Parts: sequence; structure tokens; C-alpha cells
Amino acid sequence: MPATLAEKIIARASGRGTVTPGEVVTAQVDLAMIHDSGGPRRVEPVLRELGVGLWDPDRVVLISDHFVPGDTEEGAAILDLTRAWAARTGVAFHDGEGICHVVLPERGHLAPGMFVVGGDSHSPTGGAFGAYMFGVGATEMAGVLATGEIWVRVPGTILIEWQGRLGPGVMAKDIMLALCGRLGMDGGQYQAVEYTGPAIAALSMQERMTLSNMAAELGGQTGLIAPDAVTTGFLTDVGGARGPWPDLCTDPDATVLKHHVFDAGALQPQVAAPHSPANAMDVGAAPTDRLDTAYIGACTGAKYEDLAAAARILRGRRLAKGVSLMVAPSSARDQARAAADGTLGVFESVGARILPNACGICAGYGADRLAAGTRCISSTARNFKGRMGDPTAEVWLGSPLTVAASAVAGRITDPREMLEGA
Amino acid sequence: MMGRIWRFGDDVDTDQLAPGRYMRGGIEGLAAHCLEATRPEFAAGVRPGDVIVAGRNFGMGSSREQAAEVLRHLGLAGVVAETFAGIFYRNAINLGLAVLTAPDLSGVVDGASARLEADAGRLVLADRAVALDPIPENLLPLLADGGLVPHLKKRFAGAAP
Ligand code: SF4
Repeated sequence: MPATLAEKIIARASGRGTVTPGEVVTAQVDLAMIHDSGGPRRVEPVLRELGVGLWDPDRVVLISDHFVPGDTEEGAAILDLTRAWAARTGVAFHDGEGICHVVLPERGHLAPGMFVVGGDSHSPTGGAFGAYMFGVGATEMAGVLATGEIWVRVPGTILIEWQGRLGPGVMAKDIMLALCGRLGMDGGQYQAVEYTGPAIAALSMQERMTLSNMAAELGGQTGLIAPDAVTTGFLTDVGGARGPWPDLCTDPDATVLKHHVFDAGALQPQVAAPHSPANAMDVGAAPTDRLDTAYIGACTGAKYEDLAAAARILRGRRLAKGVSLMVAPSSARDQARAAADGTLGVFESVGARILPNACGICAGYGADRLAAGTRCISSTARNFKGRMGDPTAEVWLGSPLTVAASAVAGRITDPREMLEGA
Repeated sequence: MMGRIWRFGDDVDTDQLAPGRYMRGGIEGLAAHCLEATRPEFAAGVRPGDVIVAGRNFGMGSSREQAAEVLRHLGLAGVVAETFAGIFYRNAINLGLAVLTAPDLSGVVDGASARLEADAGRLVLADRAVALDPIPENLLPLLADGGLVPHLKKRFAGAAP
């Protein structure tokens, strides 16, 4: 019987031949990922109440990111607790190595076809590797850690096809802002979003991760991309699983819930106005009167390729007067790569502040916050009111190219003007 | 015992159910303001055994568990809607709140007396019963035990020697 990628993974994880959208099945979890915020401090009390330990410490990955570097009293205490728990349980622990959604695949924990639960709303990022990965709250995560299983309602699939090819200066982030604008933040209906089409196939792994990451903003349970040679290449590099996985795809005649088709070639760079990613518009429509801060950060927008894109704009230019640029590379590995090829040096030469490899201002838990009344352009995924600082701060979302170009121009601007000849 | 129907439309969101600005007041504080944006009389008027009947996409918005918890706290027998937002549905089941769908709820009016028979998949009114889509069988034990944590407690207590 023809099936979707989501159905194939869930059928396997729940020990069934086939599954049908709408039915509820109990699935065995291949891997559970938790971080310092929703992890030990929240799950341990529940485990204690249940009087049990972890179902399988080898299938649990703990990553510290939300409170790193621990520059507040509360944050430091949470990190202490997290480290003590890691030592006691013996789970794989990545401490200060970067943001969970980026660290998990780059340390080889993910493979296509896996059924993975994450204690964070951007867990759909794992979908970029053809894993069915989704986010749950702390109570459900405690249940997973205790039992290794979770119930799931088999989702329908919302196929999002991008034909053609992205133009120069247009990135995966622009695709996602456009989708949030056109389909809305509940366009994903908590179903399985799956990206497909030649424009997606042409994207690198890190660009694909941006698409899957922001399936969360689209309201999908996950954001899948069928594994291909690009996936295999990435996983081989990180010493992870080896393909091919010819059956891990949505069969051409499988029944899907919806099938949207878009033209990548027609897409302009996008920005989203405060206070929702769904407030997307072509960058040319943004107000140009002022800009105070530019932020390149988060699991969404500060991976190596995001940094390299921004550096293409910044090389040989300087920041506009009065604009400060902050860069929080998504992971230590990506930062090392950026340091090795001179990308990081470009940021330093324009006077950008380099922040730790952590959630930073995106989570808003640390000492750095956006000040009242300021306007920021950011490569992060969310611009909800008050998330990154004072509720009167304005956060505009854009691609790393758009953020860098805006920091140079001193106003929100189309990066393509600065890319010519670059 | 019969309760009463509280009728709502489409897209009742988590901020109406558990208003963010009352989050600090804990579940009691939230309960006092539950749904006040649309029905100011709801929080004071709701009685144990009452049933919310709503349209499409009930519980849309954030993933906050309090949106389901507050309804349980108020003693609602459950929520019947045309469709539920996915995360709200998960949270409701895991917190022991009965949530059922039905394709056609058009004749169910506000204020009517009713009894929700969640296990049987029925909403009993004074003069008839409305058939509801049954709760998936593997979720029934979770609901019967009052949610995920009590359910697991029972499971692990049973497994102990
Ligand atoms: S970087 Fe931001 S979006 Fe990503 S996990 Fe951290 S807080 Fe969440």
C-alpha cells in the first residue's frame, strides 16, 4: 500500500504493518533529547514521583543551551543541576557545545527513519534528516524517559512543494517566512509537514534544517524532508549513519491531506514584522526609518552557512553608525569552522560582539536583552512580544543575509543590492 | 446527574482558556479568569459536570498545559468540538480531560442540560443523545486514571514486586 514518509516511520516505530491518519498508536522512541531548561530540573521531580529511573540512558541526549553561559544566578544554578544529573545518569551530555537542534545532528545522533522526541518546540528540526522528530512538554518527556514510549495520533501529510530554484540572495529562511505569511501559524494543523521539490533538493543540509526548524512556526508536528545524497553526505561527514534509504520517502500515489505548490524563482527576500512570523512581507515593504540592533543567532539562523552568508555581505564593509551587531554561532563546531576559514574574522573586523554558542537573546534568559523602544532585525525564528527583551522592543525577522545588509545600511534592506559582484 | 452546555464558536485559543497575564496566580488564579474574554460569566457560573461544546480548532495557540488543566480544575466533564488543535488535544488527554470530536453539533444549544458519557462516546441531552467519535481505545486507560502521571504511577506500582 502506498504510504507517506510519516506513516512509514510511525508504522515501524509502533510495530505495525501500516497506519492510517487519525488513529492513535503507541510508538517506541528511538531517541529522546532534552535541554537544560525543560530537562533535568523539570523531569526529575516527575521521575521521582513515579519512583523510576531512565528507561534507557543510551537513548537519551542532554544538551545545555538555554541558560549557557550561566551569567545569571538562576541560570548558573540550573546548569549545576543539569551537570550533576548528567553525571549521575550517564546520558550523552553536550555541555556548552551549542544549541540542541544543531548539536544533535552534528554529533551524529540522528539518522533517517528514527522516531525521536525532543523537549523543545523546535524539535521538528530533526525532520530535515528524515527522522520523525517532534516536541513535547516536560510532563510527557518524563513519561518518555520512564517508559521509552509515547502515544501519537498518526498525522496526515501536508506536502509543501517548491518548484524552480531560489534566486541569488534568497535563502531557506525567506521560504519559511513566506510560508508563515501565506499559510498562517496554524497552516501545519499539527500534521506532518513535508518539504519537497527541486528547490528543496538543491538546498544544503543546514538550509534544510532551517525549513524543518520553522515547521514549528507553521504549526506542524514535524517538518520532514526525505533523505537523499545531501543527507548522506552530511551524516558521513559527522560519522553518523550511512544510507541510502530508498524507501524513506512519500510514495508518489500516497494520499496526502494537502499539496501546496510554490515557485521558488519568484520569491523575494522576506521580513516578518513584529510580533509574529506570520507578518511576512517582501523586504522592500519594511519601514526604513531606523535600526538599532542586528542579531544573528539561534538554532534557526546562526549555523555555519548562515554565518558565511552574512560574512559575504560584511566583508569589506562597515556597520552603520549606531547599529550594533551581535552574533551567537549555533554551535562550537560551526564556530570553529567559521574561525578556520576567516568568516569569524569578518565579524570581528566590523566590531560585532560574538556571544556564546547558546540560545542567548533568542531565549531571553541571559543578561543580554533588547532595550525598550529599540528596533532589531534578527535571524531567529520567533518575534513574539517581549521574547527577546523589553515588550516595547520591535523584532523583525529576516535571513542572515538580510540581517547583515540591514546592519550595514542602518535600515532594513534588501541584501541583493550588496551581493552584486560579491 | 445532568450538567449544562456552554456553547463556543471556532478557534477558542489557549490565551482565552488560560490568560497569560494571570499565569502567576497559579491554577486558581487562571480558573477565575478562564474564558472571560468571550464569556465573562463562565468562570463563576460553571459547575462540575458541565460540558463545553465548540466549533473547529478548539485550544489553538500556545502549548501551555494550563489551558487544559484549568478546565479540569473547574470540574468540566469534558469538551466536545468539531476539531481540536493538536497540542491542546495531547495535553488534555495527558491531564485527564475528556476531549471528543463530533462531525455535527449544530443542534446543541447553549444552556441545555446534558451529560457527557465519554467512554460510550455520547452526549446525552434531555430529549436525545448525540453520537460522538469514540476516544481511541488506547487512550481510555489514561483518561480513566486521571492523566499520564497517575496512569504511569499505577503502572509502575503494579510492576513493583
Ligand atoms: S535558539 Fe531560540 S528557538 Fe532555538 S532552541 Fe534556543 S530558544 Fe529555542
